[in-house]
Amino acid sequence: MPMAAKEIETMIKAAIPDAQVEITDLAGDGDHYAARVVSETFRGIPRVQQQRRVYDALGGRMGGVLHALQLTTACPQ
Amino acid sequence: MTDDPQSRIDSTVKTNDVVLFMKGTPLFPQCGFSSRAVSILEHLGVEYASIDVLQDQGVRQGIKEYSDWPTIPQLYVKGEFVGGSDIMMEMYESGELAQLLQDQGVVTAQ
Repeated sequence: MPMAAKEIETMIKAAIPDAQVEITDLAGDGDHYAARVVSETFRGIPRVQQQRRVYDALGGRMGGVLHALQLTTACPQ
Repeated sequence: MTDDPQSRIDSTVKTNDVVLFMKGTPLFPQCGFSSRAVSILEHLGVEYASIDVLQDQGVRQGIKEYSDWPTIPQLYVKGEFVGGSDIMMEMYESGELAQLLQDQGVVTAQ
């Protein structure tokens, strides 16, 4: 069962409260998403750690029910 | 050589300068993310070892524990986990990936 975009956004925001989350449904099938997550908490930490925090927020769904999530993380400008 | 996937992964990562764990092969990638990772390495003209996780269930699961990273592809340079395809693309576009390979003494065509 694929995840809804809103559900992805809610889970990320629950774990990273200041996050600005933009989700794009790439294929229009509710299964292939791109997410851009911007948070002040990412400042000064390596990209791998930034993305791990987002994966952690998704509670193990990444690589499972969520196969295709293109992920970009950044700090606010 | 032991059959333990963690030891096999560790030995692969440490005996090759650049290793890509992927789904499929560079000629026939079985997933869009793996395909993108291959394209980046081909553009950089770097020699790399590729491991098809679809051929080995132990490695397919084990690599996620090895790096504490839930998805494939995964790129390693000189034994260090660099990232998945999104991080590879960001680093490629910013020139950081070419710089990292150069800093690590890995030969590229550029």
